[in-house]
Amino acid sequence: MASVVFTGNLRRHVDCPPAQVQGATVREALEAVFRSNERLRGYVLDDQSALRRHMAVVVDGRPLRYCVHLSDPISAGSAIYVLQALSGG
Amino acid sequence: MSDRLVVSTRKGLFTVKREDGDWRIAATDFLGDNVTLTLHDPRSGYHYAVLNHGHFGVKLHRRTSGVWQEIAAPAFPKKPEGLIDRDGWGKDIPYSLINIFALETGGPEEDGLIWCGTIPGGLFRSRDHGGAWELIRPLWDDPKRQQWMGGGTDWPAIHSICVDPRDSAVVRIGISCGGVWETRDGGNSWGCRADGMFAAFLPPEMGRDPNVQDPHLLVQSPTAPDRLWVQHHNGIFRSDDGSASWGEIADVPPSSFGFAVAVHPAEPDTAWFVPAIKDERRIPVDGKLVVTRTRDAGATFDVLREGLPQEHAYDVVYRHALAVDQTGDRLAFATTTGGLYVSEDQGDHWRVVSHTLPPAHAVRFVL
Repeated sequence: MASVVFTGNLRRHVDCPPAQVQGATVREALEAVFRSNERLRGYVLDDQSALRRHMAVVVDGRPLRYCVHLSDPISAGSAIYVLQALSGG
Repeated sequence: MSDRLVVSTRKGLFTVKREDGDWRIAATDFLGDNVTLTLHDPRSGYHYAVLNHGHFGVKLHRRTSGVWQEIAAPAFPKKPEGLIDRDGWGKDIPYSLINIFALETGGPEEDGLIWCGTIPGGLFRSRDHGGAWELIRPLWDDPKRQQWMGGGTDWPAIHSICVDPRDSAVVRIGISCGGVWETRDGGNSWGCRADGMFAAFLPPEMGRDPNVQDPHLLVQSPTAPDRLWVQHHNGIFRSDDGSASWGEIADVPPSSFGFAVAVHPAEPDTAWFVPAIKDERRIPVDGKLVVTRTRDAGATFDVLREGLPQEHAYDVVYRHALAVDQTGDRLAFATTTGGLYVSEDQGDHWRVVSHTLPPAHAVRFVL
């Protein structure tokens, strides 16, 4: 199981506690969370299901490389953090 | 007569009420969040608020029976693989909601129908009080849309929606920068209606192209709907034939540049503007905040300044931040530097409600 943790600033708008999910990629892990929390999807992804321009994802200490396809691989013990990018102010 | 107005600001939504002759802030909502626009639907009594969270995107909230709830925001369809869709400047158009720049009710008989204008230039409609939204494809798919350009925003913005009071299937929209567009069949077919507007800031070969005009705001007289007013990037324009043609109102003191315009609900010749120095500086002329008013369709203008700051005022009033109530007597505007001003005599005298609000995006009177 990978863990997914969302920035506390997001929890002000949508309830999104840390989650334990299964998946082979960041996309699969996030989709697993969104399945039980559909409203959260629009806060993290844009209309084309790409990562929002000023959002950031860190996987096991490394920033996400594929922000459109979210195809970065993860492993069973991965820690995924969904954060605000500083670029958004 | 409206005793209540709502002010959308960078840091929350403020409800201001008139009590015992004074206008006071009576309620705050979404404090700390960027509220960019509201709509009150008199048919249902519902209130709508647009929140632009920046990082987290643009959200729509609806208040029924006193409680705000997030509802669906308009969303763009999946962009077909390999499709090239660029604006007039050649910049790629994102198929994603960047901002909501217009929110209006449909006609009185169209219960639940809401129109929504967006950046990057999509027009949406909901038939169920904002429960679900449809992109108006005939407009989005019109190849002339790709000539539209961003104006003050990265991509084209639909900022004005005027539903004709004679026929709700007739809708006119204002686009920065795409001129004025009209449908006469409820959105199935569209045409550009900006003949006569011109843009002095463009090369002469482009300047009179109706489809690249930058109307900052379009308003329609409720009682004489063939009369429309536009505060344009290039000045003030008026139409007397339902947007078929436009004429410039020139030499308006102290400036004909601005963003906002309001038309009197019963007197189509009466309109108000808030001028600024054009166009890169965007501050009041001589640091004096004034409102201009015409009562004769633009032949002459009064410069109204009683009660407004007349030295070192650097307020700008955005396009949705000037409002007139349904009587035409009460006006309100809010500014980029946190000023909120109200007049109860058509602008002859103003009183300050606050000069410490967050930067303001929009003002609406509410019944």
